[in-house]
Amino acid sequence: MRFLRARTPEEALRLAEKHPDAKPLAGGTDLMVAWNAGRLDGKTMLDLSPLKAWARISPAKDGADVGALVTHARLMRHPEVLKFWPLLAEACGTVGGPQIQARGTLGGNIANASPAGDPFPPLAVYEARVRLVHAGGRRELAFLDVFAGVKKTHLAPGELIESVHLPHPPKPSRQLFRKIGTRAAQAISKTMMAGLLWLERDGAVREVRFALGSMAPTVKRLHAAEEFLRGRRLDRPTVDKAVELLAADVSPIDDVRSTRAYRLRAAQNVFRGFLEGRLGRS
Amino acid sequence: MRKGTVGANALRKEGPDKLTGAARYIDDYDIPGALFGVTVRSPGPRGRIKDVRFDLAFPWDQCVIATAKDIPGKNAVHLLGDDQPLLADGVVNHALEPILLIAHADRATAWRALEHVHVDLEPLEPVLTMEDSLSQKQVVWGLDNVFKDITIVKGDAQAALAEAPVVVEGEYRVPHQEQAYIENQGMAAWFEDGTLVVMGSLQCPYYVHKALQPLFALPPEKVRVIHAVTGGGFGGKEEYPNMIGGHAALLALKAKKPVKMVYDRTEDMLATTKRHPAVVRHRTGLTKDGKLLAQEVDIVMDGGAYMTLSPVVLSRGILHASGPYECPNVSFRARAVATNTPPNGAFRGFGAPQTLFAVELHWEKIAAVLKKDSIALRRLNALRPGSTMATGQVLKDSVSAVQVLDTVVKKSAWAKTRQAHARWNKDPKKPTWRGLGLSLVHHGGGFTGNGEVYLKSRAGVSIDRKGSVKVLAGSTEMGQGASSTLAQIVADALGLPYDSVSVERPDTANVPDSGPTVASRTTMVVGGLLKRAAEDLKLALAKHGGSAKRLCGDALERRFLAEYERAPGMSFDDKTYKGDAYATYGYGALAVELEVDKATWETRLLRVVTAQDVGKAVNPRVVEGQIVGGTVQGLGWALLEQCVYKAGVMQNPRLTDYVIPTALDVPDVEALIVENPFPGGPFGAKGVGEMPMDLPGPAVAAAVLAATGLFLPFLPLTPERIQAAADAAQAEKELVS
Repeated sequence: MRFLRARTPEEALRLAEKHPDAKPLAGGTDLMVAWNAGRLDGKTMLDLSPLKAWARISPAKDGADVGALVTHARLMRHPEVLKFWPLLAEACGTVGGPQIQARGTLGGNIANASPAGDPFPPLAVYEARVRLVHAGGRRELAFLDVFAGVKKTHLAPGELIESVHLPHPPKPSRQLFRKIGTRAAQAISKTMMAGLLWLERDGAVREVRFALGSMAPTVKRLHAAEEFLRGRRLDRPTVDKAVELLAADVSPIDDVRSTRAYRLRAAQNVFRGFLEGRLGRS
Repeated sequence: MRKGTVGANALRKEGPDKLTGAARYIDDYDIPGALFGVTVRSPGPRGRIKDVRFDLAFPWDQCVIATAKDIPGKNAVHLLGDDQPLLADGVVNHALEPILLIAHADRATAWRALEHVHVDLEPLEPVLTMEDSLSQKQVVWGLDNVFKDITIVKGDAQAALAEAPVVVEGEYRVPHQEQAYIENQGMAAWFEDGTLVVMGSLQCPYYVHKALQPLFALPPEKVRVIHAVTGGGFGGKEEYPNMIGGHAALLALKAKKPVKMVYDRTEDMLATTKRHPAVVRHRTGLTKDGKLLAQEVDIVMDGGAYMTLSPVVLSRGILHASGPYECPNVSFRARAVATNTPPNGAFRGFGAPQTLFAVELHWEKIAAVLKKDSIALRRLNALRPGSTMATGQVLKDSVSAVQVLDTVVKKSAWAKTRQAHARWNKDPKKPTWRGLGLSLVHHGGGFTGNGEVYLKSRAGVSIDRKGSVKVLAGSTEMGQGASSTLAQIVADALGLPYDSVSVERPDTANVPDSGPTVASRTTMVVGGLLKRAAEDLKLALAKHGGSAKRLCGDALERRFLAEYERAPGMSFDDKTYKGDAYATYGYGALAVELEVDKATWETRLLRVVTAQDVGKAVNPRVVEGQIVGGTVQGLGWALLEQCVYKAGVMQNPRLTDYVIPTALDVPDVEALIVENPFPGGPFGAKGVGEMPMDLPGPAVAAAVLAATGLFLPFLPLTPERIQAAADAAQAEKELVS
C-alpha cells in the first residue's frame, strides 16, 4: 500500500490530481474494514485527516457549512446542528457506536456511498448541497445527485468532498428520524427514514419531505407521495393513498439483514404514524 | 477455624494477566521459523473431486502443500465415529470441507495462495434439510442418513393418550447458532525429538491428544498438547481443535518446521461447528385439571455431514425432552440425521436448549386449550423430591423446580405486571404491545448416563518443598472462571489461603486427564476430585507434622491424584435408557418482560429476572457471570441470531450480519442464585455453565405471545418473522370475517 499525506487543502488537491486513483482517507472507519479484508493491498491512500480547514462547522449566509472532516460525534452534540438540523444530529448518534462516531466523518460517509448511510435521509430532507473541489476549481451538487449507485458517486477522478452546505429550514410542524437497525448499536440499518412536515393553519400540507435509506441502491426521497400530499389535508383516505405511494419511489430487496416485505411494511407503518401525528415530534 | 474462600468472590487467577495484556493467546506466540497454514475447502455441498488446479503464476516452490496422501496414520478425525476425514480424499460431503493445506512463511502470501487453487467438483445431489434426509431423498451417510436413534419409554403413552380427556399437539423448530467466541480457532504444531507438540485455543487437551495418535500413528507418549490462553469456547472448541490441530500437525510434519494456523472470523463462521437445528413434536395427554398423563415427543436434529458429537448431543436432548416435570407415561424418540452441511457440534446446552424450548413453549399452548394459567400448570406437574423421571430415575436431593419457579414469579411481580400489560395493550395510543413470559428448566450436571464412568477422570494437587500447592487438571480456563473456582475448592479443602494455591497450565505432559471442559462438569465433577485429592494431601501433611519439606522427602514435589468413582446406588443402562441419567440436576426459571413495536415489530427487552439453583456458588461472582452471560447468549438465539444458508453455505459469516446482542440490547439481568446443596458435589456445588442457555428461548416466545397474541413456535423471533406471522394472522382474520 502506498500512503500519501496532505497537510494543506492545496497539497491535497495537488496529490489528488497527480494520483486520481488514490483513495481518500478521512476517519478510516470503512477503509479499515476493506484494508483488513485485503481489498486495499497495492492501492494508494491519500490521508486528508490533517486538514484542519475541512474540519470546521462554520456559519453561512442562509445556514451552515459543515467541513467534510467533521465527525459524527461533533455533529450530534453541536448546538447549531441540534437547533436547526436535529434529525441530522439524531442520525449521527445512531452511526455504529461511540468509537465509530468519534472517528467517522460526514464527508467520508458520503464518499463511501453506502445505501445504509444513517445521516443520508436527514441530509436528503434538509436538501443539503455537497461542495466538491479539485485542482481546477469547485462545483456544488444537490445531496441526492452525489450518488450513482451502491458505493458509487458522481465524483470525478481527483475530486474531493470539501464541505456540506446545510440551508436553514423553516421551522417544521412535525419532524422524525427513525432507524430500524439489526440491534441497538453497531447495527447496519434495515431501513431508516427522516421526515419534515409543514402544515397550513387549516391543516393542509404546505410542504412535506420524507426520505428513506436502505430501500434502494441510494437514499430516496418519496417524490410521488410528497407531491400527492401537498395542499391536502391529512385525512384517512389521503394518508392511505400516500402510504400506498411510498412503494413507487423505493425498491427494497431481500438480503441477509432483512426482507423486502418487512422493509416496505415497516417503512409504510412509520410513514403512516408520522402523517397521522402518532410518531415524530414538533 | 479460619474463614474459607468457598462462597467468596475470590479474584480470578488469570485476571491480572488478561488485564495487563500479558496473557498469551495462540496468535501472540511468535514461534521461530514457523510457517503459516491455510485450508483449501470444498466449493460445493457434495461431489467427487475431479481436479485440483494450481495457477502457474504463483510461487508454489515457496509453499508446503499437504493432502490426504500425506497422513501417516488413519485419515479420520477421531471422535464418536471415525467417519470424518481430516482431509477429503476423493469426495466431499459438505461445502467448506477441508481438501488440502498450504503453508508459507508469510501469512499474507499464504492467504493469497488460496486464490490460486481451484477445486473442480463433479457435483452429486446434496441433502440440505432434515426432511429430505429423513425421507432419504439421497442416502448421504451410512445406510439411512441416521447417525443415532434413541427411544425412551415409560408406562404406556399410546394407551394413555387414547384415553386422555385432553390431548394437545405442537411442533417446534429451533435454528443453528454460532458460538461467536471472541478468539477465533487457532493452533500451532511442531515436532520436538520425535514428539508431536500441539498448542492452541481449546477446551479439551486430552481430546486433541487422543485424536492425534491414530492420525499420525503415534503412541500416547509421543503426543503432547498444551493449552494456550483461550478466548471463549462455548462448546465450539470442544471437538473442532481436533481438526485444526491435526491440520497444523500435518503441515508441520511435511514442512519439518513449526506451523501455525489461525482462522479469520469468516472462515471460522463458515467452516466450524454450530448448534444443531432441531424439530421437536409433542403430543401431550392431560386431565382436565392439567395433570400430565402422557408425553409423546419426537425429536429430529440436523447433525450436518459427519457424526462428530451428534449422538451425545441427541442423548442430552432426549433426556431433557420432558422438561422438569413428572409424567407417568412417556414415549420419546430422537434421531440425529445427516445433511450435506458443515457438521454441527457442541454448544452450551448441548441438545437441551432445543428440547426444552419445545416442552416449555408447549405449556403455553396447553394453557390456552385448558384455559388455565401456564404457571399453575407447571407448578402442578413440576419435579419434586421423590419424583420419577422418564428414565425411571428417582430424584432425591437438591430438587428445586418449584422453588426457582416461585422465586421468579415473586421477583417479577408476575400477576401485577400482567395486569399492567393488559391495561397498556388496551390503549391504542401506546406505540407498543407488552408481554411477560416465563420458562422453567432442569439441566443435568456432568456427562450423560455412564459417560463419567467411561471417562475415568483423574485430577489432583501437588505440593513442593516450600509448601506451594498447585491444581493439576486438564480442565481449561476459557473465560468462564474455572481457575479461581477450582483453586477455591482446593484452598478450603486444605485449610490454606486462596493465594497459596495456583493452577498448573493444562499440558498433557504435566497434568492428568480430568476429562473435557464441557457439560457443566468442571466444578461439580473435577472440583469433587480435587477436593478428595486435597483431603489426601492434608492427611499426608498432618502425618509429617505439617511440614511440606518432610512430606516431599528427597522429591521436588509430591502429587496426590483422585479418580472418578460412581456414587453408590447409581446406575444407567445405555441400551434401554433406564436409570440415573445424571448424578443431579440444576433448576432454573426465568421471566422476560418485553415490548413489541406496533409499527416495526421490533422487540425491546424491558426486564429479565432469573433464579437458578447451583447447589453452592463456590464463587458467586463467577456464577453470576455464567448466568448473565448464558442468558444474554440465549436471548441472542431467541431474538437476533440467524444463520442464513444457501446451498449449504452460510451467507452471513460476519459479525456485522450475524447479529449477536451488545450490552445495549439487554437490560441488566437480575440473577438470583439459589443454593440447594447437592451432597455429591464439592461443598454442595452442581453445574451452572449451560443451564442459563436453556431458559431465554421459550420465555421470549411466551412473552411475544402475551404481547401480540401470536403463537410463534420457532426461533429467532426477528421483527421480519413477527411481521410475516402478524400479516398471515390478519389475512386469516379477514378471510373468516
